[in-house]
Amino acid sequence: MSEPIVRHYGPKAYSDHPPFKYPDYKSTIKRSPTHDPIKVVATLTETTGPGPAWAEITPEDADLTTNAGTGSPAIGERIIVTGRVLDENGNGVPDTIVEVWQANACGRYVHWRETAFPAPLDPNFIGVGQCKTDAEGNYRFLTIKPGAYPWGNHPNAWRPPHIHFSILGPALVTRLVTQMYFEGDPLLFQDPMYNSVPPHARERLVARYDHDVTEENWALGWRFDIVLRGPNGNVEEMEEE
Amino acid sequence: MSPRLGQTPSQTVGPYVSMAFPREGDNVLPVPDGGERIVITGVVYDGDRNHIEDAVIETWQANPYGRYNHPDDTREEVPLDPTWTGFARAMTDFETGAYRIETVKPGRVPDLEGDFQAPHIAVIVQGRGMLNPVFTRIYFSDEEEANADDLVLRQVPEARRHTLIAQLEPGSDPKTYRFDIRFQGDDETVFFDF
Ligand SMILES: [Fe+3]
Repeated sequence: MSEPIVRHYGPKAYSDHPPFKYPDYKSTIKRSPTHDPIKVVATLTETTGPGPAWAEITPEDADLTTNAGTGSPAIGERIIVTGRVLDENGNGVPDTIVEVWQANACGRYVHWRETAFPAPLDPNFIGVGQCKTDAEGNYRFLTIKPGAYPWGNHPNAWRPPHIHFSILGPALVTRLVTQMYFEGDPLLFQDPMYNSVPPHARERLVARYDHDVTEENWALGWRFDIVLRGPNGNVEEMEEE
Repeated sequence: MSPRLGQTPSQTVGPYVSMAFPREGDNVLPVPDGGERIVITGVVYDGDRNHIEDAVIETWQANPYGRYNHPDDTREEVPLDPTWTGFARAMTDFETGAYRIETVKPGRVPDLEGDFQAPHIAVIVQGRGMLNPVFTRIYFSDEEEANADDLVLRQVPEARRHTLIAQLEPGSDPKTYRFDIRFQGDDETVFFDF
């Protein structure tokens, strides 16, 4: 009987991630485990994971300015958000689904939850998109720059404009949900979600304005690369076995 | 070897994740060849034993023969229906904190010692107020013998193992297993770091 390939992944770099409990972000207090997670060696269960086959994606899903399907474009500053999904070795992660969700240009989400924030909805914007990385790990969305929105965490608390990103990657251990912020945003200083990240790693959540991505007479360009946990050592060598 | 790149930090899914997922049907997997329909349901609780109304539950599992739909599971001799993805997603209910996943009982997959693991489903839990995902595993109350031998379960202190065992509800049809997830308290669910 043949043996499956069980890849060795480097550990989750806890010093680069937020803690489970970060009291400045109040909801973490009761929603964080009190025990440390139990460290075990990953088995085939954790070194495999859902591939692109689990969801059907069409090219239209990557255009949030039109994917509401109303025939009219969403209102706001049109932006291109693009980058590469990489592993820690710098190799592109191909064929993985990138899912995004965000507020509209006014800072309002299309969601049934009540909000005290009197910002208008845009009937031509649903704020949800998907795409698949190409063979080099590149992804690309066309969307609207999200607005800031208030939340009740602390006095005069505002979430800086951000886009939520969800990536599965090749294995269970590469699962990542994160948020992308915008270079130079003046609200970052008071945001406990951004500040929950150790200072040295915060800039990894910040997209950079990229004039080469910007398209004349069309949209401003932002670049945001994402690094997932990667296999240890030389991947080619491991694939030979 | 060039220096490794720094990992992108994790952030919470926030309160609005349900606008993005699950999409219709993501919590119901098809029944593949050789499969037996089962239901996994439970409530996710915070440290005050209030239900968590906006958690995302994701599950990853082998098919009924114990094979994963993944290129690294190279065991061609183990049957695999290509329509089997093995991945499911559910949100907890806003009013009750309950989630529900319709799937099939997974087969046994290899462990790292040339043996087989007890049937199990890997679980990722995320939600508002969770800056990182937590990883746990569902084992089954009617697999006592296999559970006793399981490589991963054996590494969990005996007093906490029960938090990983989904309980078969007597007389349920389809077979329904109850698996609550508790973030704090004496019976805090065991979470893993792989
Ligand atoms: Fe948000």
